Amino acid sequence: MLQITGVSRRFGDVTALADVSLEIRQGEFFALLGPSGCGKTTLLRILAGFESPDAGTVTLDGADLLGQAAHRRPVNLMFQSYALFPHMTVAKNVAYGLEREKLPKAEIRDRVGEVLEKVGLSAMAGRRPQQLSGGQRQRVALARAIVKRPRLLLLDEPLSALDKKVRAEMQLELKRLQHEVGITFVVVTHDQEEAMSLADRIAVFNAGRVEQVDEPVALYERPRTPFTAGFVGASNLFAGRACSAGLAADGLGVLPGASDLPDGTPALLAVRPERLRLGVGPGGASGGGPGGAGALRGEVADVSFYGGVSHVSVVVPGRAEPVLVATQGATQVRAGTRVVLSWAPGDGVLVPQ
Amino acid sequence: MRRSRLLYVPFYATYLFLYAPIAVLVVMSFNSGDSPYSFEGLSLKWYGELAGNAGIRDGLVNTLVVAAGSTVLSTVLGTLLAVGLARHSRSKVLDAIGVLPAVLPDLVLAIGLLVFYASVKMTLGLHSVLLAHTVFGMAFVAAVVRTRLTHCDTSLEEASRDLGANAVTTFFRITLPQLAPGITAGALLAFTLSVDEFVIAFFTAAPTEPTLPIVIYSMVRFGVTPEINALATLLLAVSFTVVIVAQRMTRLTESLS
Ligand SMILES: Nc1ncnc2c1ncn2[C@@H]1O[C@H](COP(=O)(O)OP(=O)(O)O)[C@@H](O)[C@H]1O
Ligand SMILES: [Mg+2]
Repeated sequence: MLQITGVSRRFGDVTALADVSLEIRQGEFFALLGPSGCGKTTLLRILAGFESPDAGTVTLDGADLLGQAAHRRPVNLMFQSYALFPHMTVAKNVAYGLEREKLPKAEIRDRVGEVLEKVGLSAMAGRRPQQLSGGQRQRVALARAIVKRPRLLLLDEPLSALDKKVRAEMQLELKRLQHEVGITFVVVTHDQEEAMSLADRIAVFNAGRVEQVDEPVALYERPRTPFTAGFVGASNLFAGRACSAGLAADGLGVLPGASDLPDGTPALLAVRPERLRLGVGPGGASGGGPGGAGALRGEVADVSFYGGVSHVSVVVPGRAEPVLVATQGATQVRAGTRVVLSWAPGDGVLVPQ
Repeated sequence: MRRSRLLYVPFYATYLFLYAPIAVLVVMSFNSGDSPYSFEGLSLKWYGELAGNAGIRDGLVNTLVVAAGSTVLSTVLGTLLAVGLARHSRSKVLDAIGVLPAVLPDLVLAIGLLVFYASVKMTLGLHSVLLAHTVFGMAFVAAVVRTRLTHCDTSLEEASRDLGANAVTTFFRITLPQLAPGITAGALLAFTLSVDEFVIAFFTAAPTEPTLPIVIYSMVRFGVTPEINALATLLLAVSFTVVIVAQRMTRLTESLS
């Protein structure tokens, strides 16, 4: 439905977007995920019409989008700051876009009432934005955008201004609303958990480039670039060269992993902390346990208990950073315990470097 | 800790210094005698004289025409200038030139305008004073509105465009209401500056149509009469009223908008 092809944008010597191509499908909840300053807002502003790319094309339903003026595009943007009009009531804010379409007064009134009901703000219709809480403002901004029934709704860090508890509530709400109104959402975020929980598909951005586009689970389980492996969820990364059994790691020997890379390719092996198994005791044989290859020996440096899970960091000789292990519930090991780390070959993901 | 009463002495002295002359002026305007220095009794005599003075009456009318006209012109032009500079120009030089007339010495502006009027063969009269006052009034309005604009969020204007408003609608529905307090302040400034402006008016007015400051100046050259006190008291009352009304109005527009 939305086709972005080869879009680039530079500001002086900063490259905000470098040859970005994406395809976004009808009715999808799509997330742009990346660290601050990687060009996410710039891409949204190009789609909304406040910025134009140096190169590339964007089509919506097959028609060129870049040639249209911002106020003619069937696309709405929810600003990071919400940009509510302070001199208008909530109802006026929401009605503003419909008034511009020159709709009959009665229809405007009905649609405003309907959308305020949908976001649970009917009681606040007569208030001014200054008299609302952060979460309520966020809903007004959302209502003001969806009442226009755009083909595409762009949301720039919609939840970043909210505190943690409200944010969790609004995540659910956002998903429910998207489902109800059936509008294609493109949401920008730097919070990988938020992207994971909201989106149908995620595009990971790094320094103006798209690193990987995938569904959340695939992105988490099969990162295809070193950046994605490091950015999406916590990961233990080992550097080395691909071999038939997995990875020949620098200074650590062969580590198990599933690979279709040609032998000898420089690669990273990514293992999620919750996929690692801890074996206790000095007798743990290398290459050992059933169903998995023992791989590394080390000594526990630190244990932290987080209610449901425990995080154990293990210092492995030959490796600078400790290896992070997440186990269910409380664990028996203490700082100083000698342990063996193992994982199934399928849980080690090889990423070309 | 108790504060020493002595600390209040400079405070009261300053206020005395500021307001004693004004108080004397107001009191003397109700003097029944002729002497500007000794108070002989209460009377409204000088206000009567003032009302009968055709020169002052004409001067007042001229001043009000000039002030009202130049305020309207400078408010509209100054606001447009500020918006243009803030939203559509990146040039620091243009920015500086835009507000320059506000800081230029009056004398320079006056001579410059006079030379300009002569070179385009424009006759002098109220219109020439009005235009001259618009030159600096516009710069003041632009400076005030410009400050307000830099505190305004550009994303409001973008949001308006995003919701389907064209540039003109966005200006009138979003930008202008945001700027209203700044525009009101700028207009008041332009008005008060124009009412008591002397140097530029002196250079650019026709001798047959003097503004009030010029009339007063020619009167005091022959000594201060109690009539002048009465006039000053009236002006004081007017400017107090204007300031208070303006404050009320800004609060009103702020609560309305
Ligand atoms: N109008 C602009 N002028 C100059 N540089 C800009 C402008 N907009 C964005 N940039 C730069 O482009 C890069 C990407 O910015 P942005 O798209 O806002 O990132 P994000 O939203 O991912 O944090 C940043 O380095 C930023 O400084
Ligand atoms: Mg951003």
